Amino acid sequence: MFAYIVRRVLATIPVMAIVALFVFSLLYIAPGDPAAVIAGDQATPDDVERIRASLGLDRPYLVRFGAWVWDIARGDLGVSIFTNLPVSTMIQQRIEPTLSLMIVTLILAITVAVPMGVVAAWRQGTTIDRAVMAFAVLGFSVPVFVVGYMLAYIFALELDWLPVQGYTPFSRGFWPWLQNLILPAIALGSVYIALIARITRATMLEVLQQDYIRTAKAKGLGQRAILFVHALKNAAVPIITIIGIGLAGLIGGAVVTESVFAIPGLGRLTVDAILRRDYPVIQGVVLLFSFVYVLVNLAIDLAYTLFDPRIRY
Amino acid sequence: MDRRSFLKAGAVAVSGGYAAPALSQGANARTLRFVPQANLANFDPIWGTQYVVRNASAMVWDTLYGVNDKLEPLPQMVEGETVSSDGLTWTFKLRAGLRFHDGTPVLAKDVVASIARWAPRDPMGQMVRAIQKELVAVDDTTFRWVLGSPYPKLKYALGKTNTPICFIMPERIATKFDSFTQIDEYVGSGPMRFIRNEWVPGASAVFQKFDQYVPRQGAPSWLSGGKVMGVDRVEWVVMPDPATAAAALQNGEVDWWENPITDLVPLMRRNRNIRLDIADPLGNIGSFRMNHLHAPFNSKKIRQAVLAAMSQEDYMRALVGTDDALWKPLPGFFTPGTPAYTEAGGDILKGPRNMDLAKRLLQEGGYNNEPVICIVAQDQPITKAQGDITADLLKRMGMNVDFVATDWGTTGQRRAMKNPPANGGWSMFHTWHAGADCVNPAAYNAVRGTGQNAWFGWPESKGVEDGVAEWFSAADAAAEKVAMDKINTSAIDDVVYAPTGFFLGYTAWRANVSGIQKGPLPFFWGVNKA
Repeated sequence: MFAYIVRRVLATIPVMAIVALFVFSLLYIAPGDPAAVIAGDQATPDDVERIRASLGLDRPYLVRFGAWVWDIARGDLGVSIFTNLPVSTMIQQRIEPTLSLMIVTLILAITVAVPMGVVAAWRQGTTIDRAVMAFAVLGFSVPVFVVGYMLAYIFALELDWLPVQGYTPFSRGFWPWLQNLILPAIALGSVYIALIARITRATMLEVLQQDYIRTAKAKGLGQRAILFVHALKNAAVPIITIIGIGLAGLIGGAVVTESVFAIPGLGRLTVDAILRRDYPVIQGVVLLFSFVYVLVNLAIDLAYTLFDPRIRY
Repeated sequence: MDRRSFLKAGAVAVSGGYAAPALSQGANARTLRFVPQANLANFDPIWGTQYVVRNASAMVWDTLYGVNDKLEPLPQMVEGETVSSDGLTWTFKLRAGLRFHDGTPVLAKDVVASIARWAPRDPMGQMVRAIQKELVAVDDTTFRWVLGSPYPKLKYALGKTNTPICFIMPERIATKFDSFTQIDEYVGSGPMRFIRNEWVPGASAVFQKFDQYVPRQGAPSWLSGGKVMGVDRVEWVVMPDPATAAAALQNGEVDWWENPITDLVPLMRRNRNIRLDIADPLGNIGSFRMNHLHAPFNSKKIRQAVLAAMSQEDYMRALVGTDDALWKPLPGFFTPGTPAYTEAGGDILKGPRNMDLAKRLLQEGGYNNEPVICIVAQDQPITKAQGDITADLLKRMGMNVDFVATDWGTTGQRRAMKNPPANGGWSMFHTWHAGADCVNPAAYNAVRGTGQNAWFGWPESKGVEDGVAEWFSAADAAAEKVAMDKINTSAIDDVVYAPTGFFLGYTAWRANVSGIQKGPLPFFWGVNKA
């Protein structure tokens, strides 16, 4: 197992290298000029050219790529063209809100969706099942921002239970931290609740038809034990897979949610950087995301072994 | 669903469509929470000339002069000046008590270094540099500026609101970084300190009152007068989504929203805790620029054809909707309501639109169905709305439109290309100008007609350039007026660009906030919070 983990971690290096090359090349050929954005509307072409030179953007592709790779190899993600701050500092400033949002969303999605899916499978064809499926269709169909607006209207403006926007760091207390995340997490989580609930239901339906479930029932085991100990454990592998895929998808979904709820996270940092062509920031964030994505996949692969003893690495 | 309906629906969903009570009572009355027009992505007002940077910088760095709401430059950091009888030697004396945020006194050498860093990036600064013979610190509080020829607008150049403003920073910073390199130390001279370690670009910026700042006596008016802070702390909260900003203002989570979009104004009007007013009486001028270097717009008649056909009302309604208080037709290039405003030569933009004339001019201009590469940034509501109107207009005129939907970053790069449209160049792009920049030709690059050296589109207009020269040397208001008429007439005749109209915007704040001035930027001095 340990050797497998080491192999997988080492395998991230070529993956990251390919991502780095791809992102750098894509940005190099993409239209847009940060120097023009910096110079502003009143700038002359000469001003823009001087700024471009001062930023080193007039250097050839290979020189720029080589310098960037050399910096990355030394653990330096570079400095933002616009803010003059190290990219690592900017990521550090933004990672907590995004991480918090993803954790709360994931906890919410799993704790709500898995029981929903299990109950829907158990009560297949009943009103409960139909209600869960209707919720799932709704969750898939209604865009995150619409859910966000509705939640903000009801729970912030109407009921005054929660704030409309913003983020409070965890260091200022658990409740202040959580109250800024509840609405965004529900909005962001609605799609994942629907997805996980549907997959759980489908997988459980298949498992519940198996002989060993019939045997368990014949032995007189309680319904709860059958569902959550025997059936759910055997249905876990596809559910974990979908949770993993969902986690990666959360990164994309966070962009919209962070904008609607004005959360200063990595999603907004990325969008802002793309619109301004802040190359070092885009490159740094994409590298980080791809690294997280690889780690999530590794974690999922390892989690399989917890639920299915036949899987060994 | 179009942008306006979408935003309105979003805002109604968030805000409920009716007045919400003030709910958040925990806010500190000494802290003003402000939603700026954009993200404060950098903090060097000379290196980065975006308006949002200027607006934040005006709190942190002071100026030698400051214009008031009558556009008069009044002494700010200077006590006064003397000018030699030939108008060539200006001697300035700094007022007592000026200090930087690190506690050191502001000296004449700091001023000289700051001017030297500012001038290369500013159109007026460049003009002064071109005639400058000497700029030296005479002693700690006096500096002298010797020119080769008179420059009567010198005080205006040092006190204008147009970006870049001539802010005063310590010599060691101003000399360490040239104007094309970003500073990394924010030691200001104004009434508020920038709290660097609380700055999260894209999310928030914090400014703290500088206790050692000595304001001038008298009431504040724009950049002039007593910059007395009524709050101890100003927090900028960046909100990319207008509906969220509207909801946050209604909920009392923020105190002042710089530029609410017009779609949300009716909604906020219904809230008794919110006040709304025109933000800046100088407003904005919408525009699209045609490329004078290449066909089809290298033909003056074809450019005039577009002016004859275009309806400014169509553009303005696309921008501000049905609120007639927010726009005016603009048969010219200068800001309505200012002393220099003129409509001379603007007949082609007045009255009913004449499509027959436009088609005739198109024919006389030799239009040969060349594609019109119309660049429209979709991520800027102002450019997008204008672009849609223009594309429709040109098609109705019978032109071959190649509509290039792109983003602002790409527009910024592509508009600088002088290649023919077929080789990566362009035929027209859309933008807008702050009315404060268009009150006179002093810092108004967009109206200049210097050909290859002109602003994007590279119009050449001898009449405009003669008029600008006359304005700079004008001895009195009457002479300035004559020069302005000449500029306007020539600019329309040569179609240096197409003005799409004059439009205003609102600003919104909580009822417990007072002292907000109307002006080209948000002025934080004099603002109080109950």
